[in-house]
Amino acid sequence: MRGTGSRIARRFEALKAEGRAGFVTFITAGDPNAETSAAILKGLPAAGADIIELGMPFTDPMADGPAIQHASQRALAAGQTMDRTLAMVRDFRKADGDTPIVLMGYYNPIYIRGAERFSRQAAEAGVDGLIVVDLPPEEDAELRGPAAAVGIDLVRLTAPTSDEKRLPVLAAGASGFIYHVSVAGVTGAKSAAEGSVAADVARIRRFSGLPVAVGFGIRTPDQAASVARVADAAVVGSAIVERIAAAVKGGESPPPDMLARSVLGFVSELAAGVRGARTVPA
Amino acid sequence: MTQSSVEKPNSYRALPDDRGHFGIYGGRFVAETLMPLILEVEAAWDAARADPAFQAELDDFLKHYVGRPSPLYHAARLTEHLGGAKIYFKRDELNHTGAHKINNTMGQILLARRMGKKRIIAETGAGQHGVATATVCARFGMPCVVYMGRTDIERQAPNVFRMKLLGAEVVPVDSGSATLKDAMNEALRDWVSNVEDTFYIIGTVAGPHPYPAMVRDFQSVIGNEVREQIMEAEGRLPDSLCACIGGGSNAMGLFHPFLDEASVRIWAVEAAGLGLDSGRHAASLTAGRPGVLHGNRTYLLQDEEGQITEAHSISAGLDYPGIGPEHAWLRDAGRVEYVSATDDEALEAFQLCSRLEGIIPALEPAHALAHVIRAAPELPRDHLLVMNMCGRGDKDVFTVADALGVTL
Repeated sequence: MRGTGSRIARRFEALKAEGRAGFVTFITAGDPNAETSAAILKGLPAAGADIIELGMPFTDPMADGPAIQHASQRALAAGQTMDRTLAMVRDFRKADGDTPIVLMGYYNPIYIRGAERFSRQAAEAGVDGLIVVDLPPEEDAELRGPAAAVGIDLVRLTAPTSDEKRLPVLAAGASGFIYHVSVAGVTGAKSAAEGSVAADVARIRRFSGLPVAVGFGIRTPDQAASVARVADAAVVGSAIVERIAAAVKGGESPPPDMLARSVLGFVSELAAGVRGARTVPA
Repeated sequence: MTQSSVEKPNSYRALPDDRGHFGIYGGRFVAETLMPLILEVEAAWDAARADPAFQAELDDFLKHYVGRPSPLYHAARLTEHLGGAKIYFKRDELNHTGAHKINNTMGQILLARRMGKKRIIAETGAGQHGVATATVCARFGMPCVVYMGRTDIERQAPNVFRMKLLGAEVVPVDSGSATLKDAMNEALRDWVSNVEDTFYIIGTVAGPHPYPAMVRDFQSVIGNEVREQIMEAEGRLPDSLCACIGGGSNAMGLFHPFLDEASVRIWAVEAAGLGLDSGRHAASLTAGRPGVLHGNRTYLLQDEEGQITEAHSISAGLDYPGIGPEHAWLRDAGRVEYVSATDDEALEAFQLCSRLEGIIPALEPAHALAHVIRAAPELPRDHLLVMNMCGRGDKDVFTVADALGVTL
């Protein structure tokens, strides 16, 4: 690690200094295959991603809508493993020492590897944070401890159902940033109204001083801009993953560079939306 | 992954703890959006079970609508044929809708009404839980959506039609392997998208706390009745119990009231499919290892990467890669003996029971029966063995005909 604090903390400090919100992108590791996925990952920072969420594919992604379900299936069918996902990060880190990488997924593939062993390997590969969708605060101590020991943030999620009673539970022990799920639903579903996102973010800020990233249902540069006006970062996942799905429809995957260019072009449009959203910090 | 060794507890009936854990198993592994809702279900369930009016209402429906108590029947011809233990069947296949599932759906829909919920969702594999849920939804005039894997819809057409007759919407699930585990994923996705008005009726002793304990308590009517009935028939407790396990709800219902009776030997029978060595089975306790899926930590069929693998059984109701977390704990504690029976053994038992007793069992309890057929001849004639006949076989006649090479 360079400088002080984690890559995630430094990135949010830099964004604050720039007076803009961050742009967080999600792709599933190994989708549609290892080579293409690595090419997309490498190009994300230049396309405007400030933080990268990298999905760990799982057979039973019960919080995800069809787009990310299919991405998981494509990756697993192409032979993606946890070792390969970690190798992707290690490879990415050779050229990029600054862009935070947050692994996102479900607990079983981590649990089966062992929380300590997984955390150690992830830290060695250059992972900065973890988002584990099915690990609420009541159950996350067994991963939070080992992750913290190697400098990895276990990012807590909040939801529209997180009320004043629930938020203190979520804020206690949170680190890195808060990931706010802006709609009650699965990834890639309906979009939240701007007003409700603003109110949710304001409520979260009463209980946590951490940056708040907002995700779920953000599909266009305009929607990303709208979220960027009220939150510290906007997350886009399904809409990016759908570009990959469309390109491989029919079975044949285009050459990795060609597919990566097309996906990264869309990422640039989204990034422009976020960067143009405001000129002063929220 | 090391298996937790469980020290012998003072009671096998004291769990879960207040966070829903049975040793290392159970818990609440769900998306944060659902957590406030699940805490609400738990609070409502705690209040309901302490309320005599709730129990009285449930008892009334169990008696007049479900048809409880179900008989405890001495299977005399089977006993004579096997030449050993005295065999009793707990006749839960005589319940309304033909299986034990309605004991639980009736309890949960009364809880849903008490909570003011307006819409019911459920997952189903063989369709028995879907039918039992659609039935109580019809009875109480509540909209019902049942998620069912496309593969299961094709092999359980009669139950799909029954659910539709009862007014339920059956939603085909194409994701993943298009079977029960995927139907459960899809039900969880619906729930997370409709948190305000929807109650999820889970069909077995699995899922996030409080479901494993709540479903067990609703199904314990089976074991509680057996206790009274065997005392009346024999003047003493049974020497052994036997039940099949998919998710494990009929077994838990029979076993739980007897767990602290040290003299009662308990067998649970998993589906060994084409054989444990074939890799095509549903024996998560015998051949799986601990993991996290569908809201709880328990034994799962999975690969070395922690990806969930396909279960296989001729019985769609046992065709699930997990198991209720309390069974996982009872296995490690050594209180219950977990054994298995193959598709072929279940088919043999299915036919034998039909011919000898005039009872066509469902393929699920046919697995329990297959173990009874193995065990009973080795036991003395004064050994009292109670097996849970948890479902009837009408739904399975096409599957069995197909397996026996008979064209209907």
